[in-house]
Amino acid sequence: MGDVVTMDDLTNEEIISILDAAERLLPVAKGDVFLPLLEGKVLANMFFENSTRTRMSFESAMKRLGGSVLNFSSVGTSVAKGETLYDTMKMIEGYADVAAIRHSRQGAAQYSADAVDIPVLNAGDGAGNHPTQTLLDLFTIRQAHGSLEGLNVVLVGDLRYGRTVHSLSHALIRFGANLTLVSPATLKMPYEIVSDLRAQGAEVDETESLYDQIAAADVIYMTRIQKERFPDEDEYAKVAGIYKLSAPDLSGAKKGMTVMHPLPRVDEIDSSVDSTDHATYFQQAFNGIPTRMALLCRSLGVEIPKKVK
Amino acid sequence: MTGMRRVTAIRNGTVIDHIPAGHALRVIRMLRIDTSRSTPVSLVMNVPSDKLGRKDVLKIEDRELNQEELDRLALIAPAASIAIIRNHAVAEKLKVELAEDLINIASCSFSNCITENTYEPLPQRLRVISQDPLEVRCYYCGRGQNLEDLIENIL
Repeated sequence: MGDVVTMDDLTNEEIISILDAAERLLPVAKGDVFLPLLEGKVLANMFFENSTRTRMSFESAMKRLGGSVLNFSSVGTSVAKGETLYDTMKMIEGYADVAAIRHSRQGAAQYSADAVDIPVLNAGDGAGNHPTQTLLDLFTIRQAHGSLEGLNVVLVGDLRYGRTVHSLSHALIRFGANLTLVSPATLKMPYEIVSDLRAQGAEVDETESLYDQIAAADVIYMTRIQKERFPDEDEYAKVAGIYKLSAPDLSGAKKGMTVMHPLPRVDEIDSSVDSTDHATYFQQAFNGIPTRMALLCRSLGVEIPKKVK
Repeated sequence: MTGMRRVTAIRNGTVIDHIPAGHALRVIRMLRIDTSRSTPVSLVMNVPSDKLGRKDVLKIEDRELNQEELDRLALIAPAASIAIIRNHAVAEKLKVELAEDLINIASCSFSNCITENTYEPLPQRLRVISQDPLEVRCYYCGRGQNLEDLIENIL
């Protein structure tokens, strides 16, 4: 029921309702108000692959709402002994009320959602999807620009293996944004996704050049070229460091243009950008808390008050 | 078929008519018909057809196709008509229908899909995205396959 594996699991109305709820929960996310809506509930953080922000923000979101968290890592557990994902999830179903799962294998979140009856939230499956990141990205864009419609959004970097941009592109098209995809030829968005976007009537421009896009952009969404997803180190070396933004590059940008990044960054965004008004990535990272709070409440069927005091 | 009969009538078994021309060998692979066994299989390829222009026909003796096999057939020959023959007469006529999901018919082609681990107990599940040209995608990981890939990955 409350599974969120891809953005297709949420209607536009549901997305808006989550973003609205996240907005109301901001004082709780900041720790100014304690609102124990999820007291007695347990989240299983099933991180079969490394994570910093996603795991910690899920944990913080749950705890800020009075719930508790079981943290799982595949190192030193039965998974290292060869346990199947199915068995691990069947076990956790007895221990928790909701699970967030990250796994290096694509499809692991849908597989888990089919294996168990508790709600499963996809916290990243290989190079597949990352819908909870998309929710916080949409929240951040809406916060900065007031709406999502008609915005020129430029997605940059590793569009092939980058799961955040896979989920985000789907959602942006649904809300009427214009997409430009910037990547080297070897890291283009998978054809399945581009063909889905075009089938929805979207005009999607694909290019290798970033700097030509800056002037018209409302949002530049940078991503890291992910070394760990390359089957071959030589292939990685060919494209590593290909796109870099520094403060002088942004001199021709629109005033309110926002630079986003799911983080961690390596060298895609120079630290000189941090002090510009364009830098939005740290705000974006914080926004993981209120959006995941809203999502956890939705999955557990807990209503969020219209006014949070 | 026009003019003289190209292969003899069978006593018991299955006749698959209206296979798209040139696809009969794929059908044999798709249905996992073991051609090394003694059961006679007759194959007619590229014969004129009012419906398809040209078509292939397959006659498999002493074997009646079941529903799962019909689902497989639908991937290659959605317009096929099937006759189950018993004692020289048509006992049943069947149509193929492409299911929405192909369960344990072919495997996902992606080496990093969760279903690659053969110990995982949930079935292989491919979703039909488009029938003509055929495109299926793994229900779990979303990786697409066309007909050529799919034939390689038949279980």
